[in-house]
This record gives sequence, C-alpha cells and structure tokens, in this order.
Amino acid sequence: MGGQCPPTLSLLSLRPLRLCGLLYMTEQKTLPSKLVRNIREKSIELILFLAAFSSVATTVAILFILIKESLAFFTQISLWDFLTDTQWTPLFGDAHYGILPLLTGTLMTSMVALTVAIPMGTIAAIYLSEFASNTLREIVKPCLELLAAIPTVVYGYFALLFVSPLLQKVFPELSYFNMLSAGLVMGIMIIPFISSISEDAMRSVPLGLREGSYAMGATRLQTALKVVFPAGISGISAAYILATSRAVGETMIVAVAAGLQPKIVWHPFQQGATITAYIVQVSLGDLPHGTIEYQTIFAAGLTLVLMTLVLNIIGHFLAKHYREIY
Amino acid sequence: MAEELSDGVIFKPKAEVKNLNFYYGSVQALKNINLTVPEKQVTALIGPSGCGKTTLLRCFNRMHDLYPGNRYEGQILLERINILAPKVDPIEVRMRISMVFQKPNPFPKSIYENVAYGLRVRGENKRSLLDGKVEEALRGAALWNEVKDRLNDLALNLSGGQQQRLCIARALVVDPEIVLFDEPTSALDPIATASIEELMSDLKDKVTILIVTHSMQQAARFSDYTAFMYLGELLEFNKTETMFAKPSHKMTEDYISGRTG
Amino acid sequence: MSSLNLEEIRRNINRRQQINKIFAILGLLVIFVAILTLLGLILEMVIDGHSRISPDFFTSFPSRKPEKAGILAAWVGTSLVMVVTAVAAVPLGVAAAIYLEEYARKNLLADLIEINVTNLAGVPSIVYGLLALGLFVYQFNLGESILTAGLTLALLILPVVIVTTREALRAIPNNLREAAYALGASKWQMIWDHILPYSFGSILTGAIVGLSRAIGETAPIITIGALTFIAFLPDSPLREEFPYISFAWLQAPFTVMPIQMFNWVSRPNAEFHINAAAAGTVLIGMTLMMNGIAIYLRYLFRKDIKW
Repeated sequence: MGGQCPPTLSLLSLRPLRLCGLLYMTEQKTLPSKLVRNIREKSIELILFLAAFSSVATTVAILFILIKESLAFFTQISLWDFLTDTQWTPLFGDAHYGILPLLTGTLMTSMVALTVAIPMGTIAAIYLSEFASNTLREIVKPCLELLAAIPTVVYGYFALLFVSPLLQKVFPELSYFNMLSAGLVMGIMIIPFISSISEDAMRSVPLGLREGSYAMGATRLQTALKVVFPAGISGISAAYILATSRAVGETMIVAVAAGLQPKIVWHPFQQGATITAYIVQVSLGDLPHGTIEYQTIFAAGLTLVLMTLVLNIIGHFLAKHYREIY
Repeated sequence: MAEELSDGVIFKPKAEVKNLNFYYGSVQALKNINLTVPEKQVTALIGPSGCGKTTLLRCFNRMHDLYPGNRYEGQILLERINILAPKVDPIEVRMRISMVFQKPNPFPKSIYENVAYGLRVRGENKRSLLDGKVEEALRGAALWNEVKDRLNDLALNLSGGQQQRLCIARALVVDPEIVLFDEPTSALDPIATASIEELMSDLKDKVTILIVTHSMQQAARFSDYTAFMYLGELLEFNKTETMFAKPSHKMTEDYISGRTG
Repeated sequence: MSSLNLEEIRRNINRRQQINKIFAILGLLVIFVAILTLLGLILEMVIDGHSRISPDFFTSFPSRKPEKAGILAAWVGTSLVMVVTAVAAVPLGVAAAIYLEEYARKNLLADLIEINVTNLAGVPSIVYGLLALGLFVYQFNLGESILTAGLTLALLILPVVIVTTREALRAIPNNLREAAYALGASKWQMIWDHILPYSFGSILTGAIVGLSRAIGETAPIITIGALTFIAFLPDSPLREEFPYISFAWLQAPFTVMPIQMFNWVSRPNAEFHINAAAAGTVLIGMTLMMNGIAIYLRYLFRKDIKW
C-alpha cells in the first residue's frame, strides 16, 4: 500500500472505469460537479436559515414599531401619568392618558375567563388523561379543540346576544355590555388551551409512577391527584400561563360584548374597555398617522406585549422543563 | 498488494483500517483498531453488544458524520485514500460503499423507485438505463421473480424478508465496491434469514462484504474472515474456520463457546 | 392502621370509589358543558341567521337596508386575502421548519429562533395588526390593501405552520434519512426526495389548520384599517389580453367576513343582528369545513403510511 494521496484530490477521480457513463468519469468532470453540489447545498441552507430567521425578524419588527411609536408618545405624556392617571380619555377634549382603566378592564375579563377555564380545563384534562377510554378521548379531543377554532367574533356575538340576555334574567342589574358574559364565553373558548397542554403533560408522566400508586391500593382519582398531577405540574402551570396570556390578548369577544368605555372597573357586571378593545375602537375611526391619538394604540399595544411576553417566556420555560424531565 | 496473516494466510486487501479511534463526544467507542479487509470476501465483525462493531461498520461510510459531536482519529484507506480525512466528501465515500441496515428500511415509494434511487441521486434519469440496472440489481438480490410484475407497488407491502432483499438490491444497483451489512437478519424470521444468507454468499464474487452479526452461527456459516471485537478493541482477526477452531485469545474462546456475551 | 378490621377497610374502599365515581361524572359533565356550548353557539347562529341565508345574501354588497345587505365583498375579500396568506406563509413556514428540524445545530442561535417561534405563537393577534399598520401600511406604503392583510395574517399563522411542519418532519423515522444518505444522497436530495414527500400530508393539514385560524381573525385586520362598507369588487386577476393575469387586486381596499360580521353585530338595529348571525353561520361553516378537511387528511395520510 502506498502513502496517502493529496487530500485535495477527489476520491471519485480514482474510481475504476467500470462506472463510466454512469458516474463522473474524469477529474475534470468531478471537481465542477462537486463544486456545484456544494454551492447548491450551501445556498439552500442559507435560504432556509433566512426563513427561520424571519421569525426573529418579526419579533424585532414588532418591538421596533411598538417602541418607536411609544417613544413618540412618551415625549408628550410622562410615563408617570401613563401609569398613575385614573382616566383614559385620549379622544376627548380633556384628554387623559392613564392606562389603569384599560388595565383593570383587561384583568377583570381575564380573571372571569380563567375562573371558568382553569377548573374546567384541568378537570377535563385529568378526565381525558386518566379516566377516559381511548375511543372517547379520540372523539372528545378534536371537539374540544374546535372550541379554539371558532372565530372569536362569533363568540362575541354569542356573548352579547345570547349569554348576556340570559344572565340578565338572573341579574337584572347587568348592563347590556358587561365583562361577565364576555369573560365567561372567553373562558369556554380557552378551555382547550388548558386541557390540551395539561393532558399532554399528564400523559407524559411515566406509567411506572401510576403503577406504583395503584399498587398501593389508590383509586384512579387518588393516583391522578396525588401522583400524576404533581408530576405534571410544570406542564400544567405552563398551560395556565399560556391561557392567561391568551385571555389578556383576546380582542373580539371583549370588543363586541364588554363595551368600549374605559373606566376603572371593580365588578364584572360593569361594562369596561380592555387594552385590546381600545385598539379596535381607535382603529375603526380614521386616525391620522403621527398624531398622539395614533400613538396611543402603540403605547397600549406595548403594554399588552410586555404583559404577554413575560407570561409566554415563563410558560415556555415551564413547558420545556417538563419535556426534559420525561 | 497482498496481506499475510500470522499463520500464512494470504489475501488481497480491499480496505485498511489504521490506528482508528472513534469518539461519541467524550466517550471513546473504538480503540486503536487495525484491520485489513480482504477483497471480494465476506468479513464478519462479531463480539458482545456494545463492543463497537456497528460503530466500526458505520465508520466505513462516514455515517457518523450525520450527527454532531462524533470524531474520528486514524485512517481507513481505500485505494490509498484515507476516506476519514475531513477533506474527503462523505457523499463520495457513500457512493462507493453502500450499506444495508439492521431493520429493513425501504422508502415508502414503489419497488422500482426504491432500487432506482441510488442512480437518480447520481443524476441518472434515463429510463432505459434505469430499467436495465433495476432489473439487474433485483436479480442480484434474488427478488426479481417475485416482484417483476409489480414494480410499481408500494415497497412497504412486501414481507420483511422481501423488504430486506429490496434494500440489498437498492445497495447493489450502484455497483458498490464494498457493501456494509449491519445485522441484516436480526429483524427477520429464520426462513427469510436463510435466503438472505444465501444471497450474501453469492454476492461475494462481485463485491467485498463487511457484516456485523450478533449470531456466531451466522458468522461461522458463511463468512470467510472474522474479526472479534471486545470493549471497543479488535482482539482477533483470522480466517473464520481458524478462529472458530482454535481461537488464539481467551476472550474470543469464551465468546464463541457461549460463555460470555 | 393495623386495628382496621375488614369491615372498615371495605367501607374505606367504598368511600374512595364513590369519590372516584363522582369525579368521573364531574369530568364528563365538564366536557359535556364545553361541547354543549360549542353546539349551542353554532345552533344560535343558525337559528338567528338562517332566514337571511339565500343566494342573494352571497351576491349582494352591503347596504343600509339590512334585508338587502349581503356578503359578496366580504367572501371575495376573504378568499383573496387567504390566497396571499397561503402563498406567503406556507413556503416560509415550511422552509423555517426544515431549517430548525434538519439543519440547525444545538446552539444559541437555534435556541433563540425556537424561543422566538414559541413566543410569536403567543403574541396577541391584534399586535400583528399594529405591526402591519406601522410597517406595511406606513413604512412600506402597501396601503390598506389585500396584500397588507394577507401578509399580516401570514405572519400570524407562521408559528402554526412551523410547529406542525416540525412535528411532521420529526415523525419521519431516522432510518429513512440514513437509508438515503447511505446511497450517496446529499442533505437537500434527502429532504427533497424523501422528507418532504413523506410529510406532505401532515404539512398540508397544518397549513389548512393555520388558514382556518386566519380566516376568522378580525382584530389585526381592523387595525390595518380594512373598510367595513365596500360596495365593489377588486380587479379580476384574469385578463382578456396578454399577459392574461393581473395583480392589481393586491392593492385593492377590501373587507373580510369577520369584519362584516363585526360591523353588523355592533349596530344597535336588531335587524342587522340577523345579518350578523347569517354571516357568522357562513363563517363557522367555512371554519368547520377547513377543520373537517384537515381531520380527514390527517386520517387519510395516517392510514396510508405505516413505517
């Protein structure tokens, strides 16, 4: 056996001739085709990378636009006023720019929604993961997921024209627009967000843990509550947090059914505007680009993004955590 | 160009492994392997599980390049070229050395397209040429008579043994110089195993075969040479009958007599 | 515990089994309530709106008279916006997913992109509207057009397309990748010849699910300033003379189904609420149809391929 051949020489150039006509025949032909292939492979990888990177670009663009317009807004309104003023009346003569009314509206509708969605979603998840037969689960899951697929404007209609009148029969003091019905309907809508992720989290708990519990004589429910639920807790909390983020950012249900009057709210029977509903309200009018009114929706949007961003990041790490355990 | 084993056996070398070390990350899986693979013979790699035989096999077609963190040291020479050198394109190595896997893994395409794929990858799309080559490869894999009337059927509808023969045909169609077999019969029933073994013995007139096998009977039945590996090292390499008759290593003897592994 | 006699143990087991049973009933009840709400919602739409649904409803422009108003501009607008969304989101999302699943090494950049995609999936849809308003409308001067709306919704559903495509790619067994490589395929040949064809069904399903989400999105479209009263159709994309195709429609102002519905539901006049319900029925029909197709495709492709 001789020494090593110079590494630049292509391997195929030394091929015996029996593949002539089928493969690269000579060195002259080999080198360019190999080069072409490498260039093609590299450029495809670059294109794919750019596509993947576009998601980062989107985030950057969102933050850039929101911050740019908000900065313009905050040159005129101090951050202190924005955070502490108790009135939000940018469209009136006597303009006030306090985010609190919108914030309370957002928190109120979200709280009502989560009060519905967290217990219902969790119970549904435990049932589907630990009690239901495979067939039932296969049927119920897509049905539940349809809840999240229905356009939210349809939910808005349902809340305003079906749930509200129904609730008014029980609580006559309920106003036409109110945060209760909007929140309730939104709660139903986000059930699948909670049930799907929680169920995945619980189902990824190893069978061995369950068997350990059953072997001790525990019932299904005891196993579910004392073993499976705690073991899946990081995934389940991720589900709660993502659902919260979803409720905070939900727009059309509240824009249609909760009203558009920004004032600090204390009771879900009241009407009140959320951050999202305010953005919709302003967008429906014809606001000239560059005015302070135009900038308010970006300042409101930035507040919204910061809230959901924090929630999403916590949720992401919790979800990642549970995937790593099992 | 000839190699001589210690007890005077002479053969023509096809590939030469020289001082090969291999690492999965920081774990060393192969330790200073030296091995000469005889041309147009069946060489079996045996040893207890975890001994590195599959790892060694996958060095020959640079399969380890597909995953990050793997590292080679040393050489595998194929006609004087070190195919492990970073400058050598693994794709070109794989064009000369094909592989048959442990579990039959036909593509979910037609039987014809499965076999033709190796040629298509090389830019060959002329139907007349493909037809001839596909038939030749299927005949070579003793599958032609069973599938000639249904070349356009989905390959996944074949039986396990047929699927594995299809994978052999797929590996043969490109006229490889070496075919690597990674426990090709471990997922098959005894009858399918017998037909694959028969096929492999027939193939050695045309190509060099390197096979990893779990079963010593299989190694003994049809391999010409056997290499015994243990804990990442190559302990012994010899003509198969010599190794099974009088193993020179205590570990080898224990393994082939069933005392370990 | 050793003092427990058989009787007490039995009682204890019975009690626990009882609670167990009560929970099972509660679980069923919760699911029942959720699904009942879904059915109630659909039924409510149909009952309120069915009287308005007629061929005229689909072929009329909006009008000040509720019984004359229709959804022609809305469904045409929705269809055109969906075309733009699909053309933009599917290739981009699939390409991004291929990169993340097949190319990306585990490093900081890949992590960053991953977190980003997850995060984008959680960004409220109205924020995409603000992005589009600031970027597409005022920075790129694309106007309040079909193009702007389509691109906005494309960005919105991009995470859905990426995530479902990644799942589809991950479902393809590694031994097929190795088989292709072992035959000398390059990475792209492996992806193009094998990974993409085998995951086609799942990718298509994901794209349809994404589009079904886009079709109902209202908030971002309102933000970029879709009009609510449109009494004309965009330019036809087909022309009589060469080059037979025109892209003028991309710049046209438009409205879409959910906005039309929102417009009607926000009016005090109850007659318009009937129109809203009718539009809602059509919208739910579209969404359910797309989800139905997706479920069917999933079933179809799952049945076909057994590894």
